[in-house]
Amino acid sequence: MKLTRKNKQKSEISTSSLPDIIFMLLIFFMVTTVMREFEGLDIVLPRAEKIEKLESKRHTVHMWITKDGLISVNDRIVDIKNLGNVMANKIVQDPKITVSLKSDNKSRMQLITEVHTQLRNAQALKLNYSTLTKTNN
Amino acid sequence: MLKKPRRQEIQEINSSSMSDIAFLLLVFFLVTTTISMDKGISLILPSEGNELEVNRKNISSILVNDKGKVLMDDSPTKISQIKTKASKRISSNPNIIFSITTHKNTNYDDYILVLDQLKQANASKISIANPPSF
Repeated sequence: MKLTRKNKQKSEISTSSLPDIIFMLLIFFMVTTVMREFEGLDIVLPRAEKIEKLESKRHTVHMWITKDGLISVNDRIVDIKNLGNVMANKIVQDPKITVSLKSDNKSRMQLITEVHTQLRNAQALKLNYSTLTKTNN
Repeated sequence: MLKKPRRQEIQEINSSSMSDIAFLLLVFFLVTTTISMDKGISLILPSEGNELEVNRKNISSILVNDKGKVLMDDSPTKISQIKTKASKRISSNPNIIFSITTHKNTNYDDYILVLDQLKQANASKISIANPPSF
């Protein structure tokens, strides 16, 4: 006797709301994405353990210092002698700025000290030494 | 003569590929998103012309030479030991100021390591002295 096959009910997850879910994710990523603003210079950051996050991205000036002594402020090459003036201008525009100093780990302290002096002259006193997180521990 | 109303065909944009487009965009944004890596050691510089006379008792001097050797309170110290030494000094004198002096050829790396050690010891008063010109 042949058994008649019962009409199998197809159980599938409804995919009609899939585009909605994807769109939601998409909007999330679109909102959170911040395109990289600056190219920067070629540097190797030092590593440290006790690090803090920068307070806000908006009030930040990015400064790169290579081991050869090249200084770039927000992607503009600046001479060390002009650094004070450049920073003073930035301070006038926004007094709350923090300087995020991204210096190569082989820079000499002579240069860093000179940068400190210029920053102090320009009253740009909030400084953040950009570092990577130390992993081996 | 009345025209028979033609059955109006409902024109719709085919939306079956909508999810594909959304997926494509999603993947694009996933790939391009970089979580900002702006982290580091924060420090507030003293303003110009604000030099203070500080009692010698309240100063712990840290000298870093160009080879990365550290002299803390007149005794050679390994960089990894600065943390414990500094926290001892803080517990005995909470007003202590750590004064970091570097040679002009000191590596930035060593300076950051020393600064990191002090931060780990929760030192709040850190002073950066200008390197003496030799």
